[in-house]
Amino acid sequence: MAHPTEGHTVKRFDGELNHLHLRALEMGMLTCNQVRDALNALQQLDGGKAMAILDQDRTVDHMEVSIDEEVVGLIARRAPVAQDLRTIIAISKIVTDLERVADEAARIAGITHTLADGSRSSPGNQLLRDVLVMGRMALDMMQRALHALDTMNSAQATALIRERDEMGLEFQSAFRRLTTFVMEDHSNFGHAVNLVLVCKALERVGDHARNVAEYVYFLVEGRDVRHLHNGERERGVPTVRHDAEEDGDAG
Amino acid sequence: MNANREVLCMEPELTETPIGVATPVTPTTDTMPRRASVGRDVRNTVGTITVPNPRMEARDVNVFYGEKHALKGVSIDIGAKEVVAFIGPSGCGKSTFLRCLNRMNDTVSGCRVAGQISLDGSDIYDRKVDVVPLRAQVGMVFQKPNPFPKSIYENVAFGPRIHGLVNHRNELDELVEASLRRAGLWEEVKDRLDQPGTGLSGGQQQRLCIARTIAVSPDVILMDEPCSALDPIATAKIEELIDELSQNFSIVIVTHSMQQAARVSQRTAYFHLGHLIEVGSTRDIFTSPQHELTEDYITGRFG
Repeated sequence: MAHPTEGHTVKRFDGELNHLHLRALEMGMLTCNQVRDALNALQQLDGGKAMAILDQDRTVDHMEVSIDEEVVGLIARRAPVAQDLRTIIAISKIVTDLERVADEAARIAGITHTLADGSRSSPGNQLLRDVLVMGRMALDMMQRALHALDTMNSAQATALIRERDEMGLEFQSAFRRLTTFVMEDHSNFGHAVNLVLVCKALERVGDHARNVAEYVYFLVEGRDVRHLHNGERERGVPTVRHDAEEDGDAG
Repeated sequence: MNANREVLCMEPELTETPIGVATPVTPTTDTMPRRASVGRDVRNTVGTITVPNPRMEARDVNVFYGEKHALKGVSIDIGAKEVVAFIGPSGCGKSTFLRCLNRMNDTVSGCRVAGQISLDGSDIYDRKVDVVPLRAQVGMVFQKPNPFPKSIYENVAFGPRIHGLVNHRNELDELVEASLRRAGLWEEVKDRLDQPGTGLSGGQQQRLCIARTIAVSPDVILMDEPCSALDPIATAKIEELIDELSQNFSIVIVTHSMQQAARVSQRTAYFHLGHLIEVGSTRDIFTSPQHELTEDYITGRFG
């Protein structure tokens, strides 16, 4: 198959699709950085850094709007079909998810800003540990989703879609541990609530990463795989066989 | 305030991990619906050529213009009351195949047709078949409107009269009016039925030709680029007409406008250098075609 953004007799269309693809990747990198910065700000309880993330969220919002403007323009002028149509629709959907990832980063930054106002004690290493473990997982998922988008590789997207819901399981165990902390010392209560909110935000980042992978899969394979595995995931049933043959098709 | 805060379990990868680091998770292939992708070198027809309720069935149709093998083993059904669009670049054989469906190729010298084409189960290339009634059953509308140099009324009345479909003048009047109404032309011409058909605008002439075709109650209507000489307004009227006519007739339309094929048809067939490459529902063809040649053509990737 031709690369999804190339090979048109009208070369300008190639350029426009490439530009759209690059903008989406750029937005993806920005949102990834937002999450990473939010985690670093939380780790360091740095209120100033947290404020910077909140400011940066507007940039991401503007990107979403301007990418969608490009999408509407391309549909109006090029009347795309088949792969072109799927590329354009998938990117439009992807930027919606990316914008929400940035919102989750801003949510974490907001909580950090509250924690860092100095009027309370810091949450302590033990409480933060779960958050940071989940943060690494969420970032890893985002990076793999963006790599699948970058290379338009359905095998990589598949890996992310079929993977068992580590984030959900991690959230549940983090929730249990935080509950224990609260029971041990009631003064932990405020921190625990905030950190549960952060964990929830990170779990959502993972969900958005999976959505991005699903749109990449649709873009490449022309099949909509949303909600196919939700039942399994909700029951916590592992959906990946680690002994499976690697899916070598690059689509 | 936190400058000397110890680094927790945050590892370097949080700041340095490049995108797409390999992970231990391997994908599985089961239950993930995949698109069948067929390579450019494959010439067998991809997709379903049959329909549950066929009016016409073409099987292994080959056409030769002298030495030139113009159509290579084309098999496809034309269903009842459906619109099928044939698309493909010039010289791909789509018009040649269309003309096979009512034996218009008989008149082309040096043209030889092999294979089976049947209408409601009977072979239209049988020796006993008279092509005149066949061409009433399988009517044709051409690229360039070609009204007879007669009055509007006579253009429509001509077919029913020679085929002996009416007995009285009143019946003929009614049939002419009904046909013109179905072609969406009646209101525009009812006060000048005695004027020459050639005096109408291009779009009106094309609708007159459609009225002429449907006046003889065909089973199938073949349209060879019926809108290529028309402006967008006349084109829209013809497309609306195709939609209405498909409630009673099977329609096969050859068009160079892929958007027109996407708008008017329920099934689309893509031809390439004499081969029927892919047949499928129009929706599938235009969102997720299986054959790379189809994909290349409809997305504007022309070699």
